[in-house]
Amino acid sequence: MSPAIHVNDLSWLIGGPQGSGVDSSANVFARACAAGGLNVFGKREFYSNIMGEHSYFALRAHTNLVRSHIDAVNVLATFEAETVFRHARAVTDDGAIVYDPALAKTRLSDIPTIEKRLAADLKTYLISHGVGETIGDLLAAAKQRGVALVPIPFKDLLDQIADEFQIDQLSKISRVVNMLAVGASFGLLGFDFAMMRASLEEVFRAKAKIVNMNAAGAQKAYDLARSLVPDFRYRLQTVARKEPRLFLTGSQATALGKLYGGMRFQTYYPITPASDESEFLEENEILDLNGHGLVPEAGGKEKGASMLVVQTEDEIAAVTMATGAALTGARSATATSGPGFSLMMEGIGWASINEVPLVITLYQRAGPSTGMPTRHEQGDLRFALHAGHGESPRIVLASGDFEECIRDGFLAFNYAERYQMPVIHLVDKALANSYATIAPPDLSDLRIERGALAFGNNGYSKENPYKRFDLGNGPVSPRALLGQEETIFWNTGDEHDELGHITEDPGLRNAMMEKRFAKLDLASREIPDDVKMAYFGPKDAGTVIVSWGSTKGALLDALDRLWAEGAKIGYLHLRLINPFPVDTVRKFLAKAKRRIGVEMNFGAQLAGVVREHTGIEMTHFILKYNGRPMSNTELYDALRSVLGGKAEKRTVLTRGA
Amino acid sequence: MKPADFATEVHNDWCPGCGDFGILRTIQMALAELRMEPHRVTIVSGIGCSAKTIHYVKTYGVHTLHGRALPYATGVKLANPQLKVLCLSGDGDGLGIGGGHFVNAGRRNLDMLYVIHDNGVYGLTKGQAAPTLKLGVQTKSLAHPNINDAVNPIWLALAAGATWVGRGYSYDIKHLVSLLKQGIEHKGYAFLDVLQPCPTYNDINTKEWYGGEDRKETNSGRPLPRVYKLEDEGFDPVVHEPSELEKKATQALEKALEWGDRIPIGVFFKSEHVPTFEERIMQRVPTYMDNPPALQAIAGPNGEPRTDLTRLIQRMTFKGA
Repeated sequence: MSPAIHVNDLSWLIGGPQGSGVDSSANVFARACAAGGLNVFGKREFYSNIMGEHSYFALRAHTNLVRSHIDAVNVLATFEAETVFRHARAVTDDGAIVYDPALAKTRLSDIPTIEKRLAADLKTYLISHGVGETIGDLLAAAKQRGVALVPIPFKDLLDQIADEFQIDQLSKISRVVNMLAVGASFGLLGFDFAMMRASLEEVFRAKAKIVNMNAAGAQKAYDLARSLVPDFRYRLQTVARKEPRLFLTGSQATALGKLYGGMRFQTYYPITPASDESEFLEENEILDLNGHGLVPEAGGKEKGASMLVVQTEDEIAAVTMATGAALTGARSATATSGPGFSLMMEGIGWASINEVPLVITLYQRAGPSTGMPTRHEQGDLRFALHAGHGESPRIVLASGDFEECIRDGFLAFNYAERYQMPVIHLVDKALANSYATIAPPDLSDLRIERGALAFGNNGYSKENPYKRFDLGNGPVSPRALLGQEETIFWNTGDEHDELGHITEDPGLRNAMMEKRFAKLDLASREIPDDVKMAYFGPKDAGTVIVSWGSTKGALLDALDRLWAEGAKIGYLHLRLINPFPVDTVRKFLAKAKRRIGVEMNFGAQLAGVVREHTGIEMTHFILKYNGRPMSNTELYDALRSVLGGKAEKRTVLTRGA
Repeated sequence: MKPADFATEVHNDWCPGCGDFGILRTIQMALAELRMEPHRVTIVSGIGCSAKTIHYVKTYGVHTLHGRALPYATGVKLANPQLKVLCLSGDGDGLGIGGGHFVNAGRRNLDMLYVIHDNGVYGLTKGQAAPTLKLGVQTKSLAHPNINDAVNPIWLALAAGATWVGRGYSYDIKHLVSLLKQGIEHKGYAFLDVLQPCPTYNDINTKEWYGGEDRKETNSGRPLPRVYKLEDEGFDPVVHEPSELEKKATQALEKALEWGDRIPIGVFFKSEHVPTFEERIMQRVPTYMDNPPALQAIAGPNGEPRTDLTRLIQRMTFKGA
């Protein structure tokens, strides 16, 4: 029986020390695939380190849409020893390893950056295979399983390139090894080399010599790999595609949504993984305007649009500065991650009591404290719900994929202004750092809604002054902006009267508390169901998953397999966490016999919130908190186990390097 | 315009004789004399007795969090640079819990005035030692003499990069009005330290102490005030040429060391040779001042988003064949 050939269904991984150009090589690989009409999904893993520690990209390429990663690797692209040690065991039996034969004698104990636990584990593996502890030994064990070995003499190829391009020192072109590994991968896969060349041109724009050098090297590695393994079982072929596709990261998607929503002011203090968004915005401060709704003359006269990104001295300044800006009418936000968010508590309370439309984009990462700054977790749900002392209403939105990042980035401002309260938009590390091709979302339904505003011509006078916190007309008082005529108001962090002055009057206190919380009820009634949640799968499913955030991609990919096998299982994906959509959640869960909470945290936080609001408990939990996002393959295994009645109440997923 | 045009009807609950009254009155006088339209002015304050000032002034008033007046004020000013922004703090508020913002505001040189009500104690929490209380001083409610030394606000402001640095005394109304007006009109970040006796908790640096009541001239019996005006002694604080920076900064630092028998008030330092933050932003965004974040039309009449992302999205798009 001849082995199966896999066309356009690939899991590729490249690794290397941080700072060695692994980012660019993964970028070139992904862009080449995308240029060839394939869909990609890439996951980035790295240490909190500038240079030297291991980082890697796991990338899937497929004809169809890809929304998550899998555990297995079909092609492992390496150019140094550590990546081989760390990832060789993940390569499928029919896969391949690109490696540097000069490293064959490198021993496990030569690599100081491999953690003791992993080193011991690897040693046990090598001993059990009856081999020594070198790269050569590890590769021999892989070969025994059927893995194709692809030795690429990196130094020889670099020498040739140096000759060809008259480079006097090899160190000047050491980064080309990355592209040699990419070239070798494409050679194995038989992919059209023109795609790689196009990708190099895109990534190294305007640097013709660098493009040519990398392309020349990659071509040599491509040819060599092709000749070494002419009949490799994984293939990539270009796909003809009519529709355009967006290629972006989650942080970029969130930034785009916020810009489209009219954000004009953003503050930030450097923090991983949130800073990427602010840096992207900084690079794109000058904005274009369309003429929507304007007579051409007016549009023509308008002065240029722009946004201001301010790097502050700390996150306290970030949240308070954004709040000050919001008081002037500019749509304002700040973006941060756990430790920074911790510093923002008092400012969030101030914005809530003063009914200021403020957006906080919270990129979750593994906590507590510094935790694992570059690793993934959905650990801040409860925190976002309750952050701050006292009781302060806020809206909490959580995005699950790139399109939701765009939409929620946009909608956050509408909700902040309509309900005059802070909106906390939860994103997470896995979404922020992943990139993928997606169909450009149709956003034509989105409209900017600024809520009730007070302008100076409302007949306010000394006898009938503008009251910022007017108790007379429902919970939402028309909002005036600093600088407007006739609408002078006051703010204070103290409890206030209708004008905004300090009060400790018990009756006014009650009225103001009730006013502020009534806005949440209003939001709950007005925000449409399709923003609050999405349900996937058969309506009458006996088993329903409840999840939120970036697990969405892995869940949908795992569910596609389960549904194909006939499993009756549904998935309730929650986006609006506060105000909590009590009735709809109850409706979807009431009849399910088995209810599975799937979350990237230790405490099953959303499950707790569901129980708090609906009284409905999960029967099973699938949780993960090792800092690595769930793969669709481990989720598939865990869900099968629950469906088969074999799972414990609580399953903890542990995969990921 | 009259000072009364800047008064509200809110009941003032400061202690009788509080130095804050002088600051409140001089702010109202300065705004009236500068003919400011009340709605074009936003006053931002932190927490404490000083922070209540905004409720007594009829302009937009933003009473914020302990130590955070500066970043709130910075946000207001950056989003709408056409507004006149004043920022008020106490010394604990501005130099203790808010000390980090104090330093960073200097780095920006944003066009606004920051006033610190400087009385050496945390009044509203009943008289604990504040960052400007000297080492070894024991005010009324301290169990022991102050174990921390005082920070010098003038030194700190100069070190941080404030381009106008002054000190006033809340019982010298005419002089304080003049300083407030100069600070408001200075193009860039102006810092004004106001000596403001707390009659309830600081029984050392009292109005009488500043006024020299304890050291009367033997013959005439007239008190010898501790506070004196820099300008009366021909002090020129202005950096006329960039090359004068070192000289002018040094003389300001020297003057700021004086305390005890002679306490200088007036303008210590003024330089217009440092670009404002607004000017720095305009290097990046030429239309910033004319069309700042607060004033941009982000939506059409029916809420159509006006931000056109086509150019940006094209760079992120793989076109179909």
